[in-house]
Amino acid sequence: MIKLQKIHRNFQVGDQIVHALDDINLEIAQGEYVSVMGPSGSGKSTLLNLIGMLDHPSSGEYYLNDKNVTELGEVEEAQIRNKNIGFVFQAFHLVPRLSAAENIELPLMLAGIEPSIRDAKVSLALESLNLTERARHKPEQLSGGQRQRVAIARATITEPAVLLADEPTGNLDQKSGHDVMDILEALNQRGITLIMVTHDQSLGDRSARSIKMIDGRIESDNLNKIDHATVS
Amino acid sequence: MLQSRDVITFAWQALKGYRTRTILMLIAMSIGVASVLVLTSLGEGARRYVRGEFASLGTNLIIVIPGRSETSGAGLSNMMGVTPRDLTLADANALTRHPKVKQIAPLNIGGAEISWQNRKREVTVMGTSRELLSIRHWSLSRGKFLPDSDWERASPVCVIGKKIRDEIFSAHNALGQWVRIGDNRCRIIGILSSEGQSIGINVDEVVIIPVASAQALFNTPSLFRIFIEAKTRKSIPKVIQFSKDTIKARHQGEEDITVVTQDAVLATFDNILSVLTYALGGIAGISLAVAGILIMNVMLVAVSQRTAEIGLLKALGASHKGIIILILTEAMLLSAIGGIIGLAIGQLGAWGIRYAVPELPAYPPIWAAVLSFSVAIITGAIFCLLPARKASKLDPVLALAKR
Repeated sequence: MIKLQKIHRNFQVGDQIVHALDDINLEIAQGEYVSVMGPSGSGKSTLLNLIGMLDHPSSGEYYLNDKNVTELGEVEEAQIRNKNIGFVFQAFHLVPRLSAAENIELPLMLAGIEPSIRDAKVSLALESLNLTERARHKPEQLSGGQRQRVAIARATITEPAVLLADEPTGNLDQKSGHDVMDILEALNQRGITLIMVTHDQSLGDRSARSIKMIDGRIESDNLNKIDHATVS
Repeated sequence: MLQSRDVITFAWQALKGYRTRTILMLIAMSIGVASVLVLTSLGEGARRYVRGEFASLGTNLIIVIPGRSETSGAGLSNMMGVTPRDLTLADANALTRHPKVKQIAPLNIGGAEISWQNRKREVTVMGTSRELLSIRHWSLSRGKFLPDSDWERASPVCVIGKKIRDEIFSAHNALGQWVRIGDNRCRIIGILSSEGQSIGINVDEVVIIPVASAQALFNTPSLFRIFIEAKTRKSIPKVIQFSKDTIKARHQGEEDITVVTQDAVLATFDNILSVLTYALGGIAGISLAVAGILIMNVMLVAVSQRTAEIGLLKALGASHKGIIILILTEAMLLSAIGGIIGLAIGQLGAWGIRYAVPELPAYPPIWAAVLSFSVAIITGAIFCLLPARKASKLDPVLALAKR
């Protein structure tokens, strides 16, 4: 469903051109669980932003569901992000003045969906992530794990096909980190395509497929033999 | 697409979320709107005040002045105009013969010395008839006005102003006393109540005697003015034409008079003060523009403070247009609330002026309220286009990279 062809992404830094992505060719099928690993500056976040259509390639083509999305207009891009892609960030990025429920509701609001339908979906999402009692709380009143759960609920509220996670456990303690990983993997088992950037080897080993990046290139792309029981 | 109710709720939450910023901007906007209201109410108050003063001088009033003067107005400087032919009591009498003329008062004026016992004083003496009292809307504090007799008949009576009564008679009863005016003696039959200045004449310092007595006193048959009160406002032009025609016929075909209406003078003042009100409104409008610029600055800061939020909204599927709508709604909501508060403060300020200076009917004109409110919202919108566009162009990758 995701197909990248000869993708380059260059940044101008001073009078130097940095190749953040250098000739990336990649295909990811529906329902895969992919981890992207590599040192800082290897281009893994850039790759994720590009798949999430927050960033645009300098050259090359990106097909999402067999559709070339490289040349779409800004409005259509926004619609695709809204309906097909969910983001989970290391820093959670919740809107501080909005309650947990209102944060989760945001993508539906931006899509202009009727309040009654929104309320039903949001309460369902709160329930499935065990956040019902926290619905009215502001982010500052929530623990890190709870905040990331709210962020996951928000990312999945429009039932996207792809969930992009950039260091989802980076700001969490180990226990909450495990909880968050369990939730993400459960979502993956129900069919969502999960692409996760991490530099934590133990997390990378949990995924079915792991991609290693160095200097903007894909260094290795392996299928892991995994046994969840032993890792977690 | 975004639903408008959601947009307003979102903007409202943003305003509530950044309370200090919101309050500061509300203060700026409301001061802008309030100053427009207060300043225009001052101008409008001055206009109404002058209008009221003119109305108190007499309604539907026409003044006939001897001499063909180009100057319109009724100042004392006009009275020295060269007069080819005198206006006489017969002329004044002739002017009463028109169905639209309600009443007429001739006026003769001059200076004389009034004395009682050993007290003396230079005063302005007005020779006129009974009708003057109601034409000029004067009133008496004591006694009666001139008797209703033939204009040609002199009689030894007089009515004095309040200040003269106070200075000549002090504690004594002035009514019924005989005084000497120039070479003549007359009895005081009435005392005017204080009216202050009335087109160049201080009512408190006049002595009024029958017109025939004044003609004898100053030894001249000519009149200084003829006051005509028309029955209705609409009939004023007819009466003016009638007066000109009549006098012309009586003066061997020469139109040697000037006819002034109260309305002409009033209209001039009205125009001047209206322009003054607009000017004051314009000056206050500058403070509205300043408020708009302030809102722009604060919104620019707000946008850079909220880069992460805006980047997030983009990641969640907000288009450029969506972001612009959200930011603009926030600014316009702010301007509207500020405008409403400003209208309230402005009305309160105008009330304060009316309370402090009861003579000044300082009511802000409706156009000022409508205009300042719309300008507030429009400046809010225009000045926030820049921050809103800046927000919409924000690179979501950079915005979200901030941890």
